[in-house]
Amino acid sequence: MSTAPQLVYFSTRSGNTRRFIEKLDLPAERIPFEKDASPLKVESPYILVVPSYGGGSVAGAVPKPVIHFLNDEHNRQWIRGVIAAGNTNFGTAYGIAGRIVAEKCRVPLLYRFELFGTAQDVANVRQGVTSFWPPHP
Amino acid sequence: MTDMQAPAAPKLSRIDAINWNRLQDDKDLEVWNRLTSNFWLPEKVPLSNDIQSWKTLTAEEQQLTIRVFTGLTLLDTIQSSVGAPSLMPDARTPHEEAVYANITFMEAVHARSYSSIFSTLCATQDVDDAFRWSEENPTLQAKSTLILDRYYSDDPLMRKVASVFLESFLFYSGFFLPMYWSSHAKLTNTADLIRLIIRDEAVHGYYIGYKFQLAYEEATPERQAEVKDYAYGLLMELYDNEVKYTESLYDGVGLTEDVKKFLHYNANKALMNLGFEALFPDTITDVDPTIMAALAPNADENHDFFSGSGSSYVIGRAEATEDDDWAF
Repeated sequence: MSTAPQLVYFSTRSGNTRRFIEKLDLPAERIPFEKDASPLKVESPYILVVPSYGGGSVAGAVPKPVIHFLNDEHNRQWIRGVIAAGNTNFGTAYGIAGRIVAEKCRVPLLYRFELFGTAQDVANVRQGVTSFWPPHP
Repeated sequence: MTDMQAPAAPKLSRIDAINWNRLQDDKDLEVWNRLTSNFWLPEKVPLSNDIQSWKTLTAEEQQLTIRVFTGLTLLDTIQSSVGAPSLMPDARTPHEEAVYANITFMEAVHARSYSSIFSTLCATQDVDDAFRWSEENPTLQAKSTLILDRYYSDDPLMRKVASVFLESFLFYSGFFLPMYWSSHAKLTNTADLIRLIIRDEAVHGYYIGYKFQLAYEEATPERQAEVKDYAYGLLMELYDNEVKYTESLYDGVGLTEDVKKFLHYNANKALMNLGFEALFPDTITDVDPTIMAALAPNADENHDFFSGSGSSYVIGRAEATEDDDWAF
């Protein structure tokens, strides 16, 4: 039970989201970005952590591998919330991928952070994610 | 570059026709696509709608605004004519060179935009005075020198560090002012144009920082320690100078302390673009919320479900998506 991933994330080669996840130090699985990698299948509730693409426009804002992951209905049924990485320089499009996924999957956008997150972001999300899940019966 | 020293041999030893269908690094195409889809020109922004608003500023506020924009013009000029081109010889892929060509041109568009603002809103004499001020202002010239010294050096890693500090830190003592005016419903069209520049600079800083990190990871631990030391050292030198620049500009209107928070916040982001940890603690990066709101006009409340400070249980606003990709 405790080995179930609480977080599923995507990160490109620049690795900002991966670094944030490493600092969180919570169970997490990465959606692979290599085109030939075997797709990730998730079997339990999770929060998706997703960076925003596209530098301000809606088109292409959600990374393709994340779309493919969510197109799998089995994966989609377990999503409980979204956390978005981005940059406030993109204005209204800050963390836009999180908003798009939240809308599409009907789950809350829980938090946004910039680049690989500050120490405060890590503390906020650790605290938030830990209390987000209902206590075990 | 001519009289300083002979340029090092380019990393790409020969020029082959660039093939965008054979990528060594996906990030090059991703960033090329971002930059080209974000392309804009100042003519797209109806700056003349700000003429009435400009007249409501006091003479002192007008002079401050023209000076701030002249200082920004200098940075964009440096980046277009020296900074971005200086990165080309160290490009790891031909596509990276092409991205720097895009950045070089876009920085010229930014520099050109401030002249559009001037010709629309300001008296020629006032603008000429500001350009003269920029040539003589010691702190503005000091930051120019600090950056150019690195651009002309033979250290490719420090060229990238200096470039990221310019793109992600030095602009923000200037960007503050149009965001401040915008938050007071003044010069709102000018603010729209500045937001386009702010968006571009984020991609530039991110990309140059990413290429920096690739080279940094290949360096020896000793070299890494040296570069990290230089980087934090340069940031502190720039920061000390930036504080003086900020005081000289903003003391008269009482905004210095607010600008400094914006500097701290953006200095942290500049360091993060290089892969380094933030330096300034949260207690001095708490930018005035009205300035943050001016960066994203008409946006929803902040999303912080966990702390309960944002709108509770927000479901994202409907966004048009590329439905070809989404199967549900």
